[in-house]
Amino acid sequence: MFDFLEGYDLLGAFWATVQLTVYSAIGSLIWGTLLAGMRVGPVPLMRTFGTAYVNFVRNIPLTVIILFSSLGLNQTLGVKLGGGEDFDTINFRLAVLGLIVYTSAFVCEALRSGINTVPLGQAEAARALGLNFGQVLQLIVLPQAFRAAVNPLANVLIALTKNTTVAAVIGVAEASLLMNEMIENEAQLVLIGAVFAFGFVCLTLPTGVLMGLLGKKVAVKR
Amino acid sequence: MSASVLYEAQGPRAKARNVIYTAVFLVAVAVLLWWVYTSLDEKGQLDWALWSPFFGSEAWTTYFLPGLKNTLLAAALSLVIALPLGAVLGIARLSDHAWVRVPATVVVEFFRAIPVLILMLFCREVYVAYTGVSSDSRPLYAVVTGLVLYNASVLAEVVRAGILSLPKGQSEAAMAIGLRKNQMMRMVLLPQAVTAMLPAIVSQIVVIVKDTALGGYMLAFPEMLSNATTASSYYGANIIACLTVAAIIFIVVNFALTSFASWLEKRLRRAKKSTGATLAPDGGVDQSGFGGATN
Repeated sequence: MFDFLEGYDLLGAFWATVQLTVYSAIGSLIWGTLLAGMRVGPVPLMRTFGTAYVNFVRNIPLTVIILFSSLGLNQTLGVKLGGGEDFDTINFRLAVLGLIVYTSAFVCEALRSGINTVPLGQAEAARALGLNFGQVLQLIVLPQAFRAAVNPLANVLIALTKNTTVAAVIGVAEASLLMNEMIENEAQLVLIGAVFAFGFVCLTLPTGVLMGLLGKKVAVKR
Repeated sequence: MSASVLYEAQGPRAKARNVIYTAVFLVAVAVLLWWVYTSLDEKGQLDWALWSPFFGSEAWTTYFLPGLKNTLLAAALSLVIALPLGAVLGIARLSDHAWVRVPATVVVEFFRAIPVLILMLFCREVYVAYTGVSSDSRPLYAVVTGLVLYNASVLAEVVRAGILSLPKGQSEAAMAIGLRKNQMMRMVLLPQAVTAMLPAIVSQIVVIVKDTALGGYMLAFPEMLSNATTASSYYGANIIACLTVAAIIFIVVNFALTSFASWLEKRLRRAKKSTGATLAPDGGVDQSGFGGATN
Protein backbone atom coordinates (compact mmCIF):
# COMPACT_ATOMS: atom_id res chain seq x y z
CA MET A 1 0.00 0.00 0.00
CA PHE A 2 2.87 2.37 0.74
CA ASP A 3 4.96 1.29 -2.27
CA PHE A 4 4.83 4.81 -3.66
CA LEU A 5 7.13 5.97 -0.87
CA GLU A 6 10.04 4.05 -2.40
CA GLY A 7 12.67 6.23 -3.98
CA TYR A 8 11.66 9.31 -1.97
CA ASP A 9 13.52 10.55 1.09
CA LEU A 10 10.48 11.24 3.23
CA LEU A 11 12.27 11.19 6.58
CA GLY A 12 15.04 13.37 5.17
CA ALA A 13 12.49 15.95 4.05
CA PHE A 14 10.84 16.09 7.46
CA TRP A 15 14.28 16.21 9.09
CA ALA A 16 14.98 19.33 7.01
CA THR A 17 11.68 20.80 8.23
CA VAL A 18 12.71 20.10 11.83
CA GLN A 19 16.15 21.63 11.29
CA LEU A 20 14.66 24.75 9.70
CA THR A 21 12.28 25.04 12.65
CA VAL A 22 14.95 24.60 15.34
CA TYR A 23 17.53 26.99 13.87
CA SER A 24 14.90 29.64 13.11
CA ALA A 25 13.33 29.24 16.54
CA ILE A 26 16.66 29.82 18.31
CA GLY A 27 17.54 32.77 16.09
CA SER A 28 14.17 34.46 16.32
CA LEU A 29 14.01 33.95 20.09
CA ILE A 30 17.29 35.87 20.44
CA TRP A 31 16.47 38.63 17.95
CA GLY A 32 12.86 38.85 19.16
CA THR A 33 14.01 39.26 22.78
CA LEU A 34 16.39 42.03 21.75
CA LEU A 35 13.56 43.73 19.85
CA ALA A 36 11.26 43.47 22.88
CA GLY A 37 14.02 44.95 25.03
CA MET A 38 14.39 47.85 22.60
CA ARG A 39 10.63 48.44 22.57
CA VAL A 40 10.34 48.80 26.35
CA GLY A 41 13.72 50.50 26.86
CA PRO A 42 14.58 54.10 27.73
CA VAL A 43 16.22 55.05 24.40
CA PRO A 44 13.59 56.69 22.15
CA LEU A 45 15.35 55.86 18.88
CA MET A 46 15.53 52.15 19.74
CA ARG A 47 11.86 52.18 20.76
CA THR A 48 10.91 53.70 17.41
CA PHE A 49 13.10 51.21 15.57
CA GLY A 50 11.55 48.25 17.40
CA THR A 51 8.01 49.42 16.77
CA ALA A 52 8.68 50.18 13.11
CA TYR A 53 10.42 46.83 12.57
CA VAL A 54 7.53 44.86 14.05
CA ASN A 55 4.86 46.81 12.17
CA PHE A 56 6.64 46.53 8.83
CA VAL A 57 7.67 42.90 9.04
CA ARG A 58 4.31 41.66 10.31
CA ASN A 59 2.57 43.11 7.27
CA ILE A 60 4.87 41.62 4.62
CA PRO A 61 4.09 38.07 3.45
CA LEU A 62 6.79 35.60 4.51
CA THR A 63 6.96 34.46 0.90
CA VAL A 64 8.15 37.93 -0.16
CA ILE A 65 10.83 37.95 2.56
CA ILE A 66 12.19 34.50 1.70
CA LEU A 67 12.04 35.19 -2.03
CA PHE A 68 13.90 38.45 -1.44
CA SER A 69 16.62 36.72 0.54
CA SER A 70 17.18 34.29 -2.33
CA LEU A 71 16.61 36.36 -5.49
CA GLY A 72 17.67 39.69 -4.01
CA LEU A 73 20.35 39.02 -1.39
CA ASN A 74 21.89 35.92 -2.94
CA GLN A 75 21.47 36.06 -6.69
CA THR A 76 21.65 39.82 -7.17
CA LEU A 77 23.88 41.02 -4.34
CA GLY A 78 25.95 37.82 -4.02
CA VAL A 79 25.43 37.24 -0.30
CA LYS A 80 26.38 33.63 0.44
CA LEU A 81 26.22 33.48 4.25
CA GLY A 82 29.39 31.37 4.27
CA GLY A 83 27.81 28.62 2.19
CA GLY A 84 30.55 28.58 -0.45
CA GLU A 85 29.39 27.22 -3.79
CA ASP A 86 26.92 24.72 -2.36
CA PHE A 87 23.46 25.96 -3.39
CA ASP A 88 21.59 23.69 -1.00
CA THR A 89 23.51 25.05 1.99
CA ILE A 90 23.15 28.65 0.83
CA ASN A 91 19.40 28.29 0.25
CA PHE A 92 18.93 26.58 3.60
CA ARG A 93 20.74 29.40 5.40
CA LEU A 94 18.85 32.06 3.44
CA ALA A 95 15.56 30.38 4.38
CA VAL A 96 16.59 30.36 8.05
CA LEU A 97 17.53 34.05 7.77
CA GLY A 98 14.14 34.91 6.24
CA LEU A 99 12.27 32.89 8.86
CA ILE A 100 14.20 34.61 11.67
CA VAL A 101 13.52 38.09 10.27
CA TYR A 102 9.79 37.28 10.04
CA THR A 103 9.22 35.22 13.19
CA SER A 104 11.14 37.53 15.55
CA ALA A 105 8.44 40.19 15.06
CA PHE A 106 5.89 37.74 16.48
CA VAL A 107 8.27 36.62 19.26
CA CYS A 108 8.66 40.29 20.22
CA GLU A 109 4.88 40.73 20.43
CA ALA A 110 4.48 37.53 22.47
CA LEU A 111 7.16 38.68 24.90
CA ARG A 112 5.61 42.11 25.20
CA SER A 113 2.30 40.48 26.14
CA GLY A 114 4.28 38.47 28.72
CA ILE A 115 5.89 41.63 30.10
CA ASN A 116 2.41 43.14 30.44
CA THR A 117 1.36 40.37 32.82
CA VAL A 118 4.14 41.16 35.32
CA PRO A 119 2.65 43.19 38.19
CA LEU A 120 3.74 46.81 38.56
CA GLY A 121 5.08 46.21 42.07
CA GLN A 122 7.78 43.86 40.75
CA ALA A 123 9.47 46.58 38.70
CA GLU A 124 8.88 49.20 41.38
CA ALA A 125 10.47 46.99 44.03
CA ALA A 126 13.40 46.30 41.71
CA ARG A 127 13.92 50.02 41.14
CA ALA A 128 13.63 50.68 44.84
CA LEU A 129 16.55 48.27 45.31
CA GLY A 130 18.55 50.51 42.99
CA LEU A 131 18.66 48.23 39.97
CA ASN A 132 19.10 49.95 36.63
CA PHE A 133 17.02 49.27 33.51
CA GLY A 134 19.17 46.39 32.28
CA GLN A 135 19.11 44.71 35.68
CA VAL A 136 15.36 45.26 36.15
CA LEU A 137 14.74 43.65 32.76
CA GLN A 138 17.23 40.77 33.09
CA LEU A 139 16.82 39.84 36.75
CA ILE A 140 13.21 40.68 37.55
CA VAL A 141 10.90 41.27 34.62
CA LEU A 142 12.05 39.01 31.77
CA PRO A 143 12.24 35.79 33.85
CA GLN A 144 8.61 36.30 34.86
CA ALA A 145 7.60 37.50 31.41
CA PHE A 146 9.05 34.38 29.73
CA ARG A 147 7.05 32.18 32.09
CA ALA A 148 3.85 34.01 31.23
CA ALA A 149 4.71 34.07 27.52
CA VAL A 150 5.15 30.31 27.14
CA ASN A 151 1.68 29.89 25.62
CA PRO A 152 1.88 32.75 23.08
CA LEU A 153 5.42 31.61 22.25
CA ALA A 154 4.09 28.08 21.70
CA ASN A 155 1.64 29.50 19.15
CA VAL A 156 4.52 31.28 17.44
CA LEU A 157 6.57 28.06 17.41
CA ILE A 158 3.69 26.09 15.87
CA ALA A 159 3.16 28.81 13.26
CA LEU A 160 6.92 28.73 12.57
CA THR A 161 6.85 24.96 12.06
CA LYS A 162 4.11 25.41 9.47
CA ASN A 163 5.84 28.44 7.96
CA THR A 164 8.97 26.43 7.17
CA THR A 165 7.02 25.07 4.19
CA VAL A 166 7.45 28.50 2.60
CA ALA A 167 11.15 27.63 2.18
CA ALA A 168 9.93 25.46 -0.72
CA VAL A 169 9.66 28.61 -2.85
CA ILE A 170 13.46 28.85 -2.95
CA GLY A 171 13.91 25.11 -3.36
CA VAL A 172 14.95 24.01 0.11
CA ALA A 173 14.33 20.25 0.14
CA GLU A 174 11.83 20.15 3.00
CA ALA A 175 8.50 18.38 3.33
CA SER A 176 6.25 20.52 1.13
CA LEU A 177 8.72 20.54 -1.77
CA LEU A 178 8.88 16.74 -1.65
CA MET A 179 5.08 16.60 -1.50
CA ASN A 180 4.86 18.88 -4.54
CA GLU A 181 7.13 16.48 -6.42
CA MET A 182 5.45 13.27 -5.26
CA ILE A 183 1.90 14.48 -5.80
CA GLU A 184 2.66 15.23 -9.44
CA ASN A 185 4.43 11.96 -10.17
CA GLU A 186 2.51 9.39 -8.18
CA ALA A 187 -1.10 8.28 -8.50
CA GLN A 188 -1.98 7.81 -4.81
CA LEU A 189 -3.08 11.41 -4.31
CA VAL A 190 -5.10 11.00 -1.13
CA LEU A 191 -2.54 8.71 0.51
CA ILE A 192 0.31 11.13 -0.18
CA GLY A 193 -1.75 13.98 1.24
CA ALA A 194 -2.53 11.88 4.30
CA VAL A 195 1.14 10.96 4.86
CA PHE A 196 2.28 14.60 4.79
CA ALA A 197 -0.69 15.79 6.84
CA PHE A 198 0.13 13.10 9.41
CA GLY A 199 3.77 14.21 9.45
CA PHE A 200 2.83 17.80 10.25
CA VAL A 201 0.22 16.76 12.80
CA CYS A 202 2.99 14.75 14.49
CA LEU A 203 5.19 17.85 14.58
CA THR A 204 2.67 20.49 15.65
CA LEU A 205 0.21 18.76 18.00
CA PRO A 206 2.84 17.45 20.49
CA THR A 207 4.52 20.89 20.44
CA GLY A 208 1.23 22.47 21.47
CA VAL A 209 0.52 19.89 24.18
CA LEU A 210 4.07 19.90 25.62
CA MET A 211 4.34 23.68 25.62
CA GLY A 212 0.88 23.87 27.23
CA LEU A 213 2.08 21.58 30.04
CA LEU A 214 5.32 23.55 30.37
CA GLY A 215 3.33 26.79 30.48
CA LYS A 216 1.24 25.45 33.36
CA LYS A 217 4.30 24.13 35.20
CA VAL A 218 6.32 27.33 35.07
CA ALA A 219 3.41 29.76 35.45
CA VAL A 220 3.91 32.24 38.28
CA LYS A 221 1.14 31.58 40.79
CA ARG A 222 -0.44 34.86 41.80
CA MET B 1 2.73 46.87 33.08
CA SER B 2 3.60 49.94 31.08
CA ALA B 3 7.14 50.38 29.86
CA SER B 4 7.97 53.54 31.76
CA VAL B 5 7.92 51.79 35.16
CA LEU B 6 10.93 49.75 34.10
CA TYR B 7 13.33 52.68 34.54
CA GLU B 8 13.62 55.79 36.67
CA ALA B 9 12.88 59.29 35.49
CA GLN B 10 16.09 60.31 33.79
CA GLY B 11 18.58 62.63 35.42
CA PRO B 12 21.48 64.39 33.65
CA ARG B 13 23.77 61.34 33.69
CA ALA B 14 21.11 58.99 32.36
CA LYS B 15 20.29 61.50 29.65
CA ALA B 16 23.95 61.73 28.64
CA ARG B 17 24.13 57.94 28.55
CA ASN B 18 21.05 57.81 26.35
CA VAL B 19 22.65 60.19 23.90
CA ILE B 20 25.64 57.82 23.66
CA TYR B 21 23.39 54.78 23.16
CA THR B 22 21.43 56.65 20.51
CA ALA B 23 24.65 57.63 18.73
CA VAL B 24 26.02 54.07 18.79
CA PHE B 25 22.71 52.71 17.52
CA LEU B 26 22.59 55.33 14.77
CA VAL B 27 26.11 54.42 13.68
CA ALA B 28 25.18 50.72 13.56
CA VAL B 29 22.09 51.47 11.47
CA ALA B 30 24.11 53.81 9.25
CA VAL B 31 26.77 51.14 8.67
CA LEU B 32 24.06 48.66 7.70
CA LEU B 33 22.40 51.16 5.34
CA TRP B 34 25.78 52.06 3.85
CA TRP B 35 26.46 48.38 3.20
CA VAL B 36 23.04 48.03 1.54
CA TYR B 37 23.66 51.16 -0.52
CA THR B 38 27.15 50.25 -1.70
CA SER B 39 26.27 46.66 -2.57
CA LEU B 40 23.17 47.81 -4.46
CA ASP B 41 25.26 50.42 -6.24
CA GLU B 42 28.05 47.97 -7.03
CA LYS B 43 25.63 45.61 -8.77
CA GLY B 44 23.98 48.50 -10.62
CA GLN B 45 20.70 47.97 -8.82
CA LEU B 46 20.17 51.68 -8.32
CA ASP B 47 20.20 52.46 -12.04
CA TRP B 48 17.29 54.62 -13.03
CA ALA B 49 16.39 52.14 -15.79
CA LEU B 50 15.49 49.50 -13.19
CA TRP B 51 13.22 51.79 -11.18
CA SER B 52 11.71 53.96 -13.92
CA PRO B 53 8.98 51.45 -14.91
CA PHE B 54 7.23 52.15 -11.60
CA PHE B 55 6.85 55.80 -12.51
CA GLY B 56 5.08 54.99 -15.77
CA SER B 57 1.61 53.54 -16.09
CA GLU B 58 2.47 50.33 -17.96
CA ALA B 59 3.97 48.42 -15.02
CA TRP B 60 0.94 49.24 -12.92
CA THR B 61 -1.77 48.47 -15.48
CA THR B 62 -0.10 45.28 -16.74
CA TYR B 63 1.34 43.75 -13.58
CA PHE B 64 0.70 45.35 -10.23
CA LEU B 65 -2.94 46.45 -10.37
CA PRO B 66 -4.24 43.19 -11.91
CA GLY B 67 -2.08 41.38 -9.35
CA LEU B 68 -3.55 43.41 -6.51
CA LYS B 69 -7.02 42.72 -7.88
CA ASN B 70 -6.38 38.97 -7.88
CA THR B 71 -4.86 39.10 -4.39
CA LEU B 72 -7.90 40.91 -3.03
CA LEU B 73 -10.28 38.66 -4.98
CA ALA B 74 -8.75 35.48 -3.58
CA ALA B 75 -8.66 36.96 -0.07
CA ALA B 76 -12.27 38.17 -0.26
CA LEU B 77 -13.57 34.87 -1.64
CA SER B 78 -11.71 32.93 1.04
CA LEU B 79 -13.07 35.15 3.81
CA VAL B 80 -16.66 35.08 2.54
CA ILE B 81 -16.65 31.29 2.34
CA ALA B 82 -14.58 30.64 5.46
CA LEU B 83 -16.56 32.91 7.78
CA PRO B 84 -19.91 31.04 7.75
CA LEU B 85 -18.08 27.71 7.71
CA GLY B 86 -16.00 28.79 10.68
CA ALA B 87 -19.08 30.03 12.54
CA VAL B 88 -20.80 26.66 12.06
CA LEU B 89 -17.69 24.74 13.15
CA GLY B 90 -17.14 27.01 16.14
CA ILE B 91 -20.72 26.65 17.34
CA ALA B 92 -20.60 22.91 16.68
CA ARG B 93 -17.57 22.67 18.98
CA LEU B 94 -19.70 24.11 21.79
CA SER B 95 -22.55 21.67 21.20
CA ASP B 96 -23.91 19.56 24.06
CA HIS B 97 -24.07 16.52 21.75
CA ALA B 98 -20.83 14.57 21.55
CA TRP B 99 -21.60 13.36 18.01
CA VAL B 100 -21.57 17.01 16.83
CA ARG B 101 -18.81 18.29 19.10
CA VAL B 102 -16.21 15.59 18.57
CA PRO B 103 -16.15 15.57 14.74
CA ALA B 104 -16.10 19.38 14.67
CA THR B 105 -13.17 19.40 17.13
CA VAL B 106 -11.27 16.84 15.08
CA VAL B 107 -11.80 18.79 11.84
CA VAL B 108 -10.75 22.10 13.39
CA GLU B 109 -7.65 20.71 15.12
CA PHE B 110 -6.64 18.76 12.00
CA PHE B 111 -6.76 21.68 9.58
CA ARG B 112 -5.12 24.02 12.05
CA ALA B 113 -2.19 21.66 12.42
CA ILE B 114 -1.39 21.49 8.70
CA PRO B 115 0.53 24.15 6.74
CA VAL B 116 -1.70 26.02 4.32
CA LEU B 117 0.75 25.32 1.49
CA ILE B 118 0.25 21.57 1.90
CA LEU B 119 -3.51 22.14 1.72
CA MET B 120 -3.19 24.25 -1.43
CA LEU B 121 -0.94 21.75 -3.22
CA PHE B 122 -3.30 18.93 -2.27
CA CYS B 123 -6.37 20.85 -3.45
CA ARG B 124 -4.71 21.61 -6.79
CA GLU B 125 -4.15 17.93 -7.48
CA VAL B 126 -7.67 17.08 -6.31
CA TYR B 127 -9.06 19.57 -8.83
CA VAL B 128 -6.84 18.06 -11.53
CA ALA B 129 -7.82 14.49 -10.75
CA TYR B 130 -11.49 14.66 -9.87
CA THR B 131 -13.03 17.78 -11.38
CA GLY B 132 -13.36 19.47 -14.75
CA VAL B 133 -12.19 22.88 -13.55
CA SER B 134 -10.27 24.42 -16.44
CA SER B 135 -6.53 24.77 -16.01
CA ASP B 136 -6.89 28.58 -16.19
CA SER B 137 -9.06 28.90 -13.13
CA ARG B 138 -7.54 25.95 -11.28
CA PRO B 139 -4.91 27.98 -9.38
CA LEU B 140 -7.58 30.35 -8.04
CA TYR B 141 -9.78 27.43 -7.01
CA ALA B 142 -6.87 25.66 -5.31
CA VAL B 143 -5.64 28.77 -3.49
CA VAL B 144 -9.13 29.69 -2.28
CA THR B 145 -9.97 26.12 -1.22
CA GLY B 146 -6.72 25.78 0.72
CA LEU B 147 -7.24 29.15 2.40
CA VAL B 148 -10.87 28.32 3.23
CA LEU B 149 -10.00 24.98 4.84
CA TYR B 150 -7.30 26.55 6.98
CA ASN B 151 -9.02 29.81 7.88
CA ALA B 152 -12.41 28.26 8.55
CA SER B 153 -10.80 26.25 11.34
CA VAL B 154 -8.93 29.30 12.67
CA LEU B 155 -12.13 31.37 12.57
CA ALA B 156 -13.98 28.51 14.30
CA GLU B 157 -11.61 29.01 17.23
CA VAL B 158 -12.23 32.76 17.11
CA VAL B 159 -16.00 32.22 17.21
CA ARG B 160 -15.72 29.70 20.01
CA ALA B 161 -13.50 31.97 22.07
CA GLY B 162 -15.84 34.89 21.36
CA ILE B 163 -18.85 33.00 22.68
CA LEU B 164 -16.92 31.69 25.69
CA SER B 165 -15.74 35.23 26.49
CA LEU B 166 -19.31 36.33 27.28
CA PRO B 167 -20.27 36.51 30.95
CA LYS B 168 -22.01 33.37 32.15
CA GLY B 169 -25.00 35.44 33.28
CA GLN B 170 -25.99 35.96 29.65
CA SER B 171 -26.73 32.30 28.97
CA GLU B 172 -28.16 31.79 32.46
CA ALA B 173 -30.56 34.70 31.97
CA ALA B 174 -31.51 33.39 28.52
CA MET B 175 -32.28 29.99 29.99
CA ALA B 176 -34.19 31.56 32.86
CA ILE B 177 -36.60 33.31 30.51
CA GLY B 178 -37.22 29.97 28.81
CA LEU B 179 -35.31 30.28 25.53
CA ARG B 180 -34.36 27.13 23.72
CA LYS B 181 -30.68 26.40 23.15
CA ASN B 182 -30.76 27.53 19.55
CA GLN B 183 -32.74 30.66 20.44
CA MET B 184 -30.20 31.44 23.13
CA MET B 185 -27.34 31.09 20.64
CA ARG B 186 -29.13 33.01 17.88
CA MET B 187 -30.72 35.82 19.86
CA VAL B 188 -28.47 36.33 22.87
CA LEU B 189 -24.96 34.92 22.55
CA LEU B 190 -24.01 35.34 18.87
CA PRO B 191 -25.01 39.02 18.47
CA GLN B 192 -22.85 39.94 21.45
CA ALA B 193 -20.01 37.62 20.55
CA VAL B 194 -19.76 39.11 17.06
CA THR B 195 -18.70 42.47 18.45
CA ALA B 196 -16.02 40.76 20.54
CA MET B 197 -14.79 38.77 17.54
CA LEU B 198 -14.62 41.53 14.93
CA PRO B 199 -11.05 42.73 15.61
CA ALA B 200 -9.74 39.15 15.57
CA ILE B 201 -11.56 38.52 12.30
CA VAL B 202 -10.08 41.64 10.69
CA SER B 203 -6.58 40.56 11.82
CA GLN B 204 -7.23 37.19 10.23
CA ILE B 205 -7.88 38.96 6.91
CA VAL B 206 -4.28 40.21 7.06
CA VAL B 207 -3.14 36.60 7.39
CA ILE B 208 -5.30 35.60 4.42
CA VAL B 209 -3.91 38.43 2.27
CA LYS B 210 -0.35 37.38 3.14
CA ASP B 211 -1.06 33.73 2.39
CA THR B 212 -2.37 34.50 -1.10
CA ALA B 213 1.21 35.44 -1.98
CA LEU B 214 2.39 31.96 -1.05
CA GLY B 215 -0.32 30.29 -3.13
CA GLY B 216 0.32 32.71 -5.96
CA TYR B 217 4.01 31.93 -6.20
CA MET B 218 3.84 28.16 -5.73
CA LEU B 219 0.70 27.50 -7.78
CA ALA B 220 1.26 30.11 -10.50
CA PHE B 221 -1.82 32.09 -9.56
CA PRO B 222 -1.27 35.58 -11.03
CA GLU B 223 -1.57 37.62 -7.82
CA MET B 224 0.71 40.45 -6.83
CA LEU B 225 3.87 38.56 -5.89
CA SER B 226 3.94 36.26 -8.91
CA ASN B 227 3.09 39.24 -11.15
CA ALA B 228 5.97 41.16 -9.57
CA THR B 229 8.42 38.38 -10.47
CA THR B 230 7.01 38.27 -14.01
CA ALA B 231 7.43 42.03 -14.24
CA SER B 232 11.06 41.77 -13.18
CA SER B 233 11.89 39.36 -15.98
CA TYR B 234 10.11 41.65 -18.45
CA TYR B 235 11.88 44.83 -17.32
CA GLY B 236 15.27 43.15 -17.13
CA ALA B 237 16.37 41.75 -13.80
CA ASN B 238 15.09 44.45 -11.49
CA ILE B 239 13.90 41.84 -9.00
CA ILE B 240 14.94 43.96 -6.00
CA ALA B 241 12.90 46.90 -7.26
CA CYS B 242 9.88 44.74 -8.08
CA LEU B 243 9.89 42.90 -4.75
CA THR B 244 10.32 46.20 -2.90
CA VAL B 245 7.28 47.69 -4.65
CA ALA B 246 5.23 44.52 -4.01
CA ALA B 247 6.25 44.56 -0.35
CA ILE B 248 5.25 48.23 -0.03
CA ILE B 249 1.82 47.52 -1.54
CA PHE B 250 1.34 44.58 0.86
CA ILE B 251 2.38 46.78 3.78
CA VAL B 252 -0.05 49.54 2.77
CA VAL B 253 -2.98 47.12 2.34
CA ASN B 254 -2.26 45.20 5.54
CA PHE B 255 -1.45 48.29 7.57
CA ALA B 256 -4.83 49.74 6.57
CA LEU B 257 -6.49 46.50 7.71
CA THR B 258 -4.56 46.41 11.02
CA SER B 259 -5.36 50.05 11.75
CA PHE B 260 -9.01 49.32 10.98
CA ALA B 261 -8.88 46.39 13.41
CA SER B 262 -7.44 48.44 16.26
CA TRP B 263 -9.85 51.32 15.57
CA LEU B 264 -12.71 48.81 15.65
CA GLU B 265 -11.44 47.32 18.89
CA LYS B 266 -11.23 50.72 20.58
CA ARG B 267 -14.67 51.69 19.34
CA LEU B 268 -16.24 48.43 20.47
CA ARG B 269 -14.64 48.76 23.90
CA ARG B 270 -16.19 52.19 24.24
CA ALA B 271 -19.62 51.14 23.03
CA LYS B 272 -21.86 50.80 26.07
CA LYS B 273 -24.15 48.19 24.59
CA SER B 274 -21.54 45.47 24.22
CA THR B 275 -20.31 43.50 27.18
CA GLY B 276 -16.89 44.95 26.54
CA ALA B 277 -15.49 41.50 25.92
CA THR B 278 -12.83 41.49 23.21
CA LEU B 279 -10.46 38.89 21.95
CA ALA B 280 -6.79 39.44 21.60
CA PRO B 281 -6.04 38.86 17.93
CA ASP B 282 -4.66 35.35 17.50
CA GLY B 283 -0.89 35.40 17.22
CA GLY B 284 -0.14 33.84 13.17
CA VAL B 285 0.89 32.64 9.55
CA ASP B 286 0.18 32.95 11.36
CA GLN B 287 -0.06 33.22 14.59
CA SER B 288 0.46 32.85 11.70
CA GLY B 289 2.12 32.59 10.56
CA PHE B 290 1.35 32.42 8.16
CA GLY B 291 -1.16 30.70 10.21
CA GLY B 292 -3.13 32.88 12.60
CA ALA B 293 -2.14 36.42 13.21
CA THR B 294 0.92 34.62 14.59
CA ASN B 295 2.19 35.01 11.37
